[in-house]
Amino acid sequence: MKKETLIRLYRKMLEIRIFEEKVFELYGQNLVPGTIHLYSGEEAVAVGVCTNLRQSDYIVSTHRGHGHCIAKGAKLDKTMAEILGKKTGYCKGKGGSMHIADFSIGMLGATAVVGAGIPIATGAGLSSKLRGSDQVTACFFGDGASNQGTFHEGINLAAIWRLPVLFVCENNLYAMGTRQTQAMLPQDISERSVAYGIPGVSIDGNDVLSVYDAAEEAVKRARGGLGPTLIECKTYRQKGHSRWDPATYRPKGEVEKWLEKDPIIRLEKQLLSNGELSEAKTTRIKREIENAVEDAVKFAVSSPYPAGDEALEDVFA
Amino acid sequence: MKEIAFRDAIREALVEEMKRDETVFLLGEDIGRYWEGAFKVTKGLADEFGDKRVRDTPISESAIIGAAVGAAITGMRPVAEIMFGDLTTLAMDQIVNQAAKIHYMFGGQAKVPLVIRTPFGGGVNIAAHHSQSLQAWFMHAPGLLVAIPSTPYDAKGLLKTAIRGDNPVIFCEHKLLYPEKGLIPEEDYTIPFGLAQTRREGEDVTIVATMFMVGKALEAAKTLEKQTINVEVIDPRTLIPLDKEAIINSVRKTGRLVVVSEGCKTAGVTAEIAALVAEKAIDYLDAPVRRVAEPDTPIPFSPSLEKHVIPDEKAIVEAVKEIA
Ligand SMILES: Cc1ncc(C[n+]2csc(CCOP(=O)(O)OP(=O)(O)O)c2C)c(N)n1
Ligand SMILES: [Mg+2]
Repeated sequence: MKKETLIRLYRKMLEIRIFEEKVFELYGQNLVPGTIHLYSGEEAVAVGVCTNLRQSDYIVSTHRGHGHCIAKGAKLDKTMAEILGKKTGYCKGKGGSMHIADFSIGMLGATAVVGAGIPIATGAGLSSKLRGSDQVTACFFGDGASNQGTFHEGINLAAIWRLPVLFVCENNLYAMGTRQTQAMLPQDISERSVAYGIPGVSIDGNDVLSVYDAAEEAVKRARGGLGPTLIECKTYRQKGHSRWDPATYRPKGEVEKWLEKDPIIRLEKQLLSNGELSEAKTTRIKREIENAVEDAVKFAVSSPYPAGDEALEDVFA
Repeated sequence: MKEIAFRDAIREALVEEMKRDETVFLLGEDIGRYWEGAFKVTKGLADEFGDKRVRDTPISESAIIGAAVGAAITGMRPVAEIMFGDLTTLAMDQIVNQAAKIHYMFGGQAKVPLVIRTPFGGGVNIAAHHSQSLQAWFMHAPGLLVAIPSTPYDAKGLLKTAIRGDNPVIFCEHKLLYPEKGLIPEEDYTIPFGLAQTRREGEDVTIVATMFMVGKALEAAKTLEKQTINVEVIDPRTLIPLDKEAIINSVRKTGRLVVVSEGCKTAGVTAEIAALVAEKAIDYLDAPVRRVAEPDTPIPFSPSLEKHVIPDEKAIVEAVKEIA
């Protein structure tokens, strides 16, 4: 892989991590209304997939969506402003953390209804096909979402119509407090691809290079008219499900085991050891990102809340 | 009597009914020992009754309700929890086309003793997919009963009636009410459906309010009292069946009506109650009916926006003063 691509993967993952840590901090300061679902630990999935996409390609996101947005190229300031409920946010404060969208970069929005994005991604794929465009759509969803009827219906439809969609399952082992294997019998969610007659792979979702390779292959198939792929990324959320979840349902030692597999540290070590990155350069990258995130916070915090009656706008087009 | 929080009153009803009747069981997402319900209503129940009767399910709302219907028509009494009221929409076929219609469509052969507990309402900044008040949707599917408790006492008594009854019940809980405390008797009691409760007596204006809005209406009543307007506050407690008589009798006395409910104004709870009064008591009205409800928008995220769409005490006071 080209050095620039490696650095790009590293930088994007780090950007998401530092952003999420800042969101966590702001939540503690009562600046974030509602709830938050952080992406920390799962960065390799969004970044490995989105780095294979063009700006004109689409993604469909979830309640755990900040990382998807940033990986697709959303601006940190407007993302942060939305999370804080400000008028200058991507959705003018109407959406919030669970509903960020930036249609200008093909980010078709985050739905908080678990599994609802899957058929929508199928529809975006259908639209590309009908319009004769070569855009592909990547659909992110969780292990929990794969137990919804929408998973079956959405993927089957994409399969029979050979639609250009990547179904990217972020298997972080849990849906709230429910373990994946408590909610389904197979260990590998990718096995379900057999039922739809499409390729399915299970990969190490904490290894950004594995995700990158699997997505590259799936994007090639999709653009080539060969239809959808199901990619199951085995990963882990390092924090609780949402801000107030103490996550006591995790067996002892599990978090520590997964922290050792932290996707960012893994890539950093690799790049440092083969000389693609130096200590000085990592420090510089970190500082640049911290500054960018700080600017985003300043923008968001200093932005006004929407006026009350703006609630009445946008109901109809 | 003892003081108890709304969520604990619901839990007590579940515990007592599960002890009383072996066929009662619970199912829903994350209601078991690992999470104990998104709002902690089922805390301790998996330990007490075991995983067999307190069943964690995958995220599959349609299958949760479908399975509950299947169990209900074959001798069980399931109490299903849908984690957020907004997500009943994923199970709408099972609720509206199956549960609601089975008794009628099959000529009375089968009963559907099913309770669906679910939280509605806004006010916690969790936006358009987790804040709706869809109670009126279920009023539009003949065969369903709809309970809307506003106090711990009512929650417990109505839930017991719901579980013992032979019809499918949508048991609406308000997120903001879960921690609210109230008095309940130590001994077993039930509350019949279709019996409203007068929360405050008054002569000048009738306010019919539901769920979290009952408290808001009572606050408004205090403010209005200082301005010498004496309002009567009626809490219907169930929407289906609706205690029409209680509402009409109150309007006959006061001649003025304000209806307050979360949920969209158009074709909503307030519309139904206003229509009832227009049909049955228009001759007693001395002023137009006022409705305080959400404007017809999704619930927005930002606190400044959400506050604008959810009815509050001020909106109720204003509505009353317009007609008093
Ligand atoms: C249809 C639906 N059911 C339930 C919920 C409540 N809920 C929010 S997130 C979540 C868990 C989702 O698990 P998963 O799909 O694995 O995604 P993760 O949170 O692990 O990223 C649940 C049950 C919801 N938002 N939508
Ligand atoms: Mg998960």
